[in-house]
Amino acid sequence: MKTDDLISLLATSAAPVSANAVGRRFAVALSCGFPIAVLLMAVTFGVRADLAQAMGGWILWLKLAFAGGLALAGFMATERLARPGMRLGGVRAALVAPVLVLWLIAATVLIAAAPAQRADLILGDTWKTCAFNIALISLPLFAASLWAMKGLAPTRLALAGASAGLLAGALGTLVYALHCPESGAPFVAIWYVLGIAMPTLTGALLGPRVLRW
Amino acid sequence: MERTKEQEVELTGNETRLRELLVQGLSGNTAAYHRFLKALSAHLRAYFKKRLFQRPDEVEDLVQETLLAVHNQRHTYHSDQPLTAWVYAIARYKLIDLLRARASREALTDPLDNELEVFATSDTDAAEARKDLNQLLAGLPDRQRLPIVHVKLEGLTVVEAAQVTGMSEAAIKVGVHRGLKALAAKIRGTP
Repeated sequence: MKTDDLISLLATSAAPVSANAVGRRFAVALSCGFPIAVLLMAVTFGVRADLAQAMGGWILWLKLAFAGGLALAGFMATERLARPGMRLGGVRAALVAPVLVLWLIAATVLIAAAPAQRADLILGDTWKTCAFNIALISLPLFAASLWAMKGLAPTRLALAGASAGLLAGALGTLVYALHCPESGAPFVAIWYVLGIAMPTLTGALLGPRVLRW
Repeated sequence: MERTKEQEVELTGNETRLRELLVQGLSGNTAAYHRFLKALSAHLRAYFKKRLFQRPDEVEDLVQETLLAVHNQRHTYHSDQPLTAWVYAIARYKLIDLLRARASREALTDPLDNELEVFATSDTDAAEARKDLNQLLAGLPDRQRLPIVHVKLEGLTVVEAAQVTGMSEAAIKVGVHRGLKALAAKIRGTP
């Protein structure tokens, strides 16, 4: 087939495309993945019994703000990486900021605490499982965001995979925070970040394999 | 100095004109979309020719593959984004894909074969693509092939194609869409 024939073939009755097809695809994917993640959390771990009480403290809000902020930045990055030729620009700073702020708060708490309490603030009761639990809750979201990315046109595949993984991890953390009984900011600063790092790394490794188009 | 300026102006002129055509095409103006693809193919050909001077026969393949990719991924274009950046990111991605595939292919072949290959390729069909899309099209299942043949090649409307094939209108639309995606995948898959 000659190129001119191909052009005619493509141009004849090319259907109109909606302006925000990319955003819509992510909306569909995440509105499928998010309820599944919530259900998974409720069934496997259960919402913490003292949630109402925890809402009076600031640690729960710190967890939610951190995860929410990172998810927002992760979404902006993922949406950009799904489009050829789009630069990350200021989104890079938005990705780093939630982590830096969290670490700053955790360091302040740690320095202010009595030396004997520090180990407890870092390890809590669930340090062995926290990061893995977050990774587990992120799984349906991970599949959803990779599926969304798969139908778009990422040109930097490892980065696009990592970004999709980060988005899933941050949203999974948002869900897991409703279960997590820990109350130390240093705990959150280490184990939450590790939990999000797992899907992010997995995404970076899977990206070049599964996102090709 | 003046020369550079002239070139810049020319480039920006193309950018605005092409972008206008694409935006009109995205909202359903097929004539504008046709002109966009036509102008784009010339740019792509020049771009790939410069970078694939050792293999001129691969240029047209890559032009076609990139046109198909541009078409299939046209929903990822953001109207605020420079069109040049979008197009060249796609072209570059497809070029790298080809070079990578070629590198892994050549790693497997005897270097002597490569030298013989020089004489094996002929010049006469250099302007035509080696991978025949018609052949690839024939490999698609009927539910994708027929809608493409009727709607896209013969220029029937969706309603007419539905009547001819006995398929529903929705099935025709889905068939065209999926068929073009499958075609893109087939191009990528064939060595």
